[in-house]
Amino acid sequence: MIATLRRAWAHFRELTGDDAYERYLAHWRLHHAAEGGVPLDRTAFVREEQRRKWEGVRRCC
Amino acid sequence: MTSTTARRLPRPLSMIGWSAVIVLGTFALAAIALNRGESVDAMWFIVAAVCLYALGYRFYSAFLAAKVFALDPTRATPAERFNDGRDFMPTNRWIVFGHHFAAIAGPGPLIGPTLAAQFGYLPGTLWILIGAVLGGCVQDFVALFCSIRRDGRSLGQMARDELGPIGGAVALIGVMAIMIILIAVLGLVVVNAMRNSPWATSTVAATIPIAVLIGLFMRHLRPGRVLEGTAIGVVLLLAAVFGGGWIDDHPTLRTWFDYDAPALALMVILYGFAAAVLPVWLLLAPRDYLSTFMKIGTIVALAIAIIILNPQVQMPALTQFIDGTGPIFGGNVFPFVFITIACGAISGFHSLIASGTTPKLLANERDARFIGYGAMAMESFVAVMAMVAACVLEPGIYFAINSPAGVVGADPAVAVATISSWGFPVTADQMAALASDMGEGTLFARTGGAPSLAVGMASIFSSAFGNTLLSVWYHFAIMFEALFILTTVDAGTRVARFMLQDLLGNVVPALGRTSWYPSVLICSGLVVAGWGYFLYFGTIDPLGGINSLWPLFGIANQMLAAIALCVATTVLVKSGRVRFAWVTGLPLVWLVTVTSVAAWEKLFSPDLRVGFLSHANDLAAQLASGSLADAAAAQAPRLIFNDRLDAALTLFFLVTVWVLIVETVRICHAALSGRRCPPLAETPYVPTRLAEAER
Repeated sequence: MIATLRRAWAHFRELTGDDAYERYLAHWRLHHAAEGGVPLDRTAFVREEQRRKWEGVRRCC
Repeated sequence: MTSTTARRLPRPLSMIGWSAVIVLGTFALAAIALNRGESVDAMWFIVAAVCLYALGYRFYSAFLAAKVFALDPTRATPAERFNDGRDFMPTNRWIVFGHHFAAIAGPGPLIGPTLAAQFGYLPGTLWILIGAVLGGCVQDFVALFCSIRRDGRSLGQMARDELGPIGGAVALIGVMAIMIILIAVLGLVVVNAMRNSPWATSTVAATIPIAVLIGLFMRHLRPGRVLEGTAIGVVLLLAAVFGGGWIDDHPTLRTWFDYDAPALALMVILYGFAAAVLPVWLLLAPRDYLSTFMKIGTIVALAIAIIILNPQVQMPALTQFIDGTGPIFGGNVFPFVFITIACGAISGFHSLIASGTTPKLLANERDARFIGYGAMAMESFVAVMAMVAACVLEPGIYFAINSPAGVVGADPAVAVATISSWGFPVTADQMAALASDMGEGTLFARTGGAPSLAVGMASIFSSAFGNTLLSVWYHFAIMFEALFILTTVDAGTRVARFMLQDLLGNVVPALGRTSWYPSVLICSGLVVAGWGYFLYFGTIDPLGGINSLWPLFGIANQMLAAIALCVATTVLVKSGRVRFAWVTGLPLVWLVTVTSVAAWEKLFSPDLRVGFLSHANDLAAQLASGSLADAAAAQAPRLIFNDRLDAALTLFFLVTVWVLIVETVRICHAALSGRRCPPLAETPYVPTRLAEAER
């Protein structure tokens, strides 16, 4: 029961983008850690995301 | 989702189940279609819609996925091949569905059905259901499919690749034009909802500082904490609804928020410009989060309320206005019901989303069916609910709210007499009581659909959730509509600005630099001036600007759908699937017929409320003969010019769509007869390496 709720909450966070930074870190560790360097910090990541997300058609009638 | 369930069930059981859905759906459709003279349970609308979508999804979309598009689960998607953890990222199908639905579902499916209810509930409801299952869902699905097979390219790029430079240019200009008209008409809807209503105006105004506050919170205090920011924002928005009531009761404060329509239009224009040039994080992004949450929450609440309450639909199945004399907008049921309801049945705009962010997120090609077809079925369901909300009002009240003063008369006594004479009894006392229940000064001539939808929603909510605070529910509904209409205004202005910068960049390279501030100011200014012009003159149009702007919007939106279907048909023909070309070809033929007839009537109809040119000529004749009063005579030259401008735009849409049709036929013919044409731009097959378990 608790596990189901926890999974639902995780999905809800993913749906809303609340966990975007955590997902970015996971992705970075998996794919880019080997190249060296450091991942973006939370603030820089959020700024970069927002700039990227609003480049194209985002909302419809 | 259904296919896997069906596979799990033993075959006979599954057949019995689907036969039951067919029987139930037929029964529900019969209940709403054959009813004459009595009120119908709203439940039948819901049942008919759900059965039809389930059947369409289970059988037609399965056929499309397997036979027509031959979706290949072993083929790597752009998300997998270009996975950069950002734009391209394999994502859980339910999450993509959520994002896609949030992006496609705007105010369109709420407003169109509300306006089209003037024909009675039947034409609009049938078009929403059939149009979605055979047209809209197919369009979204095929646009998504084409884009996934082309590295997630946009509709404009695909049109250029498959149809050549003419097709590409037409698509780009079409998108710009539809943006301008769309924003103008949506702005008009908000303005009409706020007109001389301190409660609505102050609540809507409060959404701006609330969004800014959340923007600052998510930028500086808690970066990226979307849920925290949204939760605070939603609480503040609800407080703003109550606060608006308090301001409305306050003798001095209420005068600060009491404006007529032209003044409000200027404010919306100023606001639109500010939103376009301010940084995104400050206003646009937080407003978008808030509006998405409110939108989905309210739609779910409305569905639950309709199911609990099962209200009676009071509107007749058909009204006499199918002959084109309707007060809300002029024009016969054919073609105008198909133009008025674009979003919810088939909406060309979706092809931009389906070829924008969504194809870059799909983990597996097979998901295109659930997301493309499924999300549109869901939006169509929203349109059915809007139709129900409009039709549960007493028809007399519905017409009193939605008819412009220029048609029924500005004086309440005259207006109710006119409307009652049509066979829809309503009294001035009834309207006054309703307005006072809703906390408004008057509800006469509140054109645009938002107020009548809000009255419908308020009565459904207040009876379903055992609450008698009608006025609070009403202003909650207005706030909810205004919130995401203004989000569309902001986001649309921004997109149109990018396109204009791109376009002007070809002439003046400096203007093409999207973040160069002078270019941002100039291009945003031009875009805002474009829609602001139509918006402002929509507010002073005596026939109510909706009468001329909404059909223009519908024609433009259907034209965009025609562009997407042209591209899709060309792709099917070129990839050797000409025997299935009817899948996109038939909706295309239907749309082109409907838009062409509608555009022709808007241009040349002798009916003054339909034909732009005859209205202009009539006004010009009146002006010349001196039969106009002073105020009207002063306005007349501007109105005449606007009519001719609207006519020119309509002609432009008509020509555009036909140029594209000719190009499509030419390319398809060339492809079939083995002559030279742009080759199929599909990316070669790459096998997927994502394990099933990872998805």
